[in-house]
This record gives sequence, C-alpha cells and structure tokens, in this order.
Amino acid sequence: MKKIILFSFISMLGAAKLAAQDSTDLMSMLEKEQKKTTNYTIATFKSSRIINGHSVENIGKAVLDVRILHRFTPISGGIYQLFGLDGAYMRLGFDYGISNRVMVGIGHTTYAKTYDGFIKIKLLRQSTGVINMPVTMSLLSTINIRSDLARYDAFRNAAGQGYRRVHPSFGDRTTFVEQLIIGRKFSKRLSLQIMPTYIINHNRVDTINKYTVDRDSIQYGPYAKRKNSFAIGIGGRLKITKRLSLTAEYYYLLPNDKPANIHNSLSLGIDIETGGHVFQLHFTNATAMTESFAIPSTPDKFYGKNIRFGFNLSRVFNIGKHK
Amino acid sequence: MKTRLLFLCTFLMLCCIQLNAQKVYTKNGSVSFFSTSSMENISASNNQLMSVLNVPSGELQFSLLIKGFHFKKSLMETHFNENYLESDKYPKATFKGKINNITIVNFTKDGTYNVEVSGDLMMHGATNKVTTAGTITVKAGVITATANFKVKLSNYKISIPKIVKDNIAETVDVKISCLYDQKM
Repeated sequence: MKKIILFSFISMLGAAKLAAQDSTDLMSMLEKEQKKTTNYTIATFKSSRIINGHSVENIGKAVLDVRILHRFTPISGGIYQLFGLDGAYMRLGFDYGISNRVMVGIGHTTYAKTYDGFIKIKLLRQSTGVINMPVTMSLLSTINIRSDLARYDAFRNAAGQGYRRVHPSFGDRTTFVEQLIIGRKFSKRLSLQIMPTYIINHNRVDTINKYTVDRDSIQYGPYAKRKNSFAIGIGGRLKITKRLSLTAEYYYLLPNDKPANIHNSLSLGIDIETGGHVFQLHFTNATAMTESFAIPSTPDKFYGKNIRFGFNLSRVFNIGKHK
Repeated sequence: MKTRLLFLCTFLMLCCIQLNAQKVYTKNGSVSFFSTSSMENISASNNQLMSVLNVPSGELQFSLLIKGFHFKKSLMETHFNENYLESDKYPKATFKGKINNITIVNFTKDGTYNVEVSGDLMMHGATNKVTTAGTITVKAGVITATANFKVKLSNYKISIPKIVKDNIAETVDVKISCLYDQKM
C-alpha cells in the first residue's frame, strides 16, 4: 500500500518535472542533432589567385571571373618612366566555374605572346563536424603556348636552296605546369598554403639553328635545352580588415632545377575587396603572370631595382543558373 | 482501495504524458529574406529552420544555422557569411518568444488564426525585442505557422560599407513558414 502511494508520488513528480520542462530543452536537443552536420570552411582566400599563382579557392558554379592583370616595367626606370608605369605586360583572362569544385580558365599574356589554359579541381575541402578535414586541397593543371614566333625566327639553308624561315613547332613552344595546392585557414585572419609544383618544359628551342635572344627570353639561351623543373611554393594571406588582406607568395626552385641566371619569384601584395571586385596590388620580381614562366623563368632579384609594381583586377559575373 | 489508487496513479501519469504531447516541432521549416534596393535585389533561403511550439502555453522558439542560407550567387553567400553575418563567430540565430493571444487558437478545429508573436530575436551577437503578426493554420490536426516581419540590419550590428550602400537595403523582409510535423 505504502509502496503504491510512494510510486504514484514519484511518478507524478517525475511527470510533473517533464511537463515543466519548457521548450528550451527540446530545442537544445534539436540543436545537438544539428551539430551533426559538416561545417565547410569558406573564404580561405579572397580570390582564386594569391598573386601570380593560384590559391586553393575556387570560384562558384556558373560564375565568370574576368581578370585583367598588369605587371609594369621595373621601378629602376626611375621618374623618367614613372617608376615603371610607362610600360606593362598585360594578361586578359576569363575563368569559369563548371561546378563548385571544378573551374577552368583561358588567358592571353603579352609577355612572350602566351596563350594559357588551366583546369583546377578541388579534391578536399577543409571542414569540421561529421567530416573533419584539416586542409583544402586542389589540383591545378595548366598549359602555356608561346606564340612570339618572330623571336624564334631562324633561317635554315635547305640543301643550298637559299635561306628559309623556320619556326619552332607547336609542341616546342609549350609548357605544362602540374601543381598540388594544400591550404588551410588557420583562423579568421590567417590562411597558408603550400604548392608542390612540377613544370614540364617542352620548349625545345635547341632544335632551332638561331634566334634572337633578349632579356625576356634569357632562359632559352642558344642551344640550351631547358629541363623540367620542380618547385615548392608557399603562399598566404593575413586579413587586416573585412575587406583588406596582406598577401605573399614565394616559389622555391630546387637547386638542381634553377639555372644561375634565374631567381626564385617572390611577390608581396594587398587584396582589396569591394562587392564583386577584387583588386590585388603587389610588388613582384616576376615578369610573367602565370606559373609556367613566373616560377622557372624569373630573371630579376626581388631585392633590387628590378622589382615591378603590378595589379590584378577581378570582376565576377553570374551567368547561367546556380543550381 | 489498492485498485483505486492504481487507477488514480495511472490516470495522473497519462495526464502528464498527454501534457508533454502538446509540444510540436519541426526541423525543416523555411525562412527566407529579401533585400530590395535601387541597385539590386538580394534573396536567400534556409530550409533547416528548427522550431518548437508549446501548444497550450503559446511558447515559441526558433533556431537556425546562418550557413544554412543559400543564395543564387555563390560570392554573395561567401560575403554574407564572411563579412556581414560572420557565421564562424556567430553560427546561429534564435528566437525565443510567445504567441500573445494563443487562447484564440482552437487547435481542435480547422482554420486560420491571426496571432501576435513577441519575443527576443538573437543574431550576429545582438538581441532585440521583436513583435510581429503571424498566422496559425490548423488542418486535420497539423499546425502550420507563418510570419512576415522586417529586420533592421543596424539593430544587429550588421554594418553596410558605403561602397555597397546602394546595393543592400537597410531593412530586409523576412518570411517564415513552419509545418510542425513532429510531436513530443
């Protein structure tokens, strides 16, 4: 008897307690379930490029990124050339996001009249939650074709029939770059990445008898067959305000792959973001604006009069449907 | 005596269980917002709104993850998370409040009832008192709640830089719709 009363009392208390629970407990229970999702890191970098090279960032699906790049002549031009601003190499490029993980792009650079194309695939995404991934990893594959044929002009005497102009073949003017980009957003402010890079130089210019050599084609020294090279890049950004970041990028060519007259490329800059635009202003010792030349063929030292001022201007447009 | 007590005990327990059964909830309510300005219209929606409604008391709660909002333009989504709502720092938004005139709603009868909701809306680390009109629809015992209200961004410390001032409205319209498909 007593037992029943006691049991009844306890169960009432228990039930009353249950009833007295407000919705907060149910909500916190639901929120716990919600935590079982994966939280993907966003905005590791402001742009798909740090300065000359790629960042781990992809543009979104159905986004067209129009990129206009300038690298001015060296600041050693002094006031007469307004510290290099009188002359510039330029690249006009169009990038497109096929999906949120795959982007492609094409471009033309006045430097060595290069046409380039690339595909970048995001293999891993940094995330926390159900899927815990410490880094974002992308694979970049690019092709560069020089079209500055006049520079290569060679005259070959074909069996005493007089001199005939010969140009290097398509394949002999092509460079491929294969790059793995591994990046991590360490905090809201700091993102770093490392880029093992392999440059496949098919510029078999040694097959040509004679051609003009100038400063910008120094890497093609007469009859010098350029070997493939391996480089390790590091890059990063430090966010100062919501819309302003400092950026840096350095490519280290392995000693055996670095000719004496070539320097590792170092670039320091700032990113300014305003809505759909990203302005990247920087100083760099690289002349070219794509990996294929900037990494293995930078003729100037960074610490010297021959650094250049440059900018990248990026404007995105949404074309097609997002979903 | 024993039997009576047992009966009473069971009855009380049943009562209590029934009381508990008067909380309804959903994990996939929808919320969307619209910013209309002279330069561009911005909208985004989130279909993972969680809500709990305590039927007898009118107590009402909402919770959502900021990252659950999806935009048509992916860059907008990035900016929304990175610059405006700072979703890594403030991952969720919540509302805790009450339907003030819950007594006018007859949960046993099909119909649409106009209600007034008031409570605290918390997002981006700021909390504000909000009062808005909404509707409760009862159909075959299933409850649906909807509400439209305005959110002034400056009340939630969301600052709009001058350069995009013409693109983003100072006040955005928010639409909420929840079908309470689960009970507890």
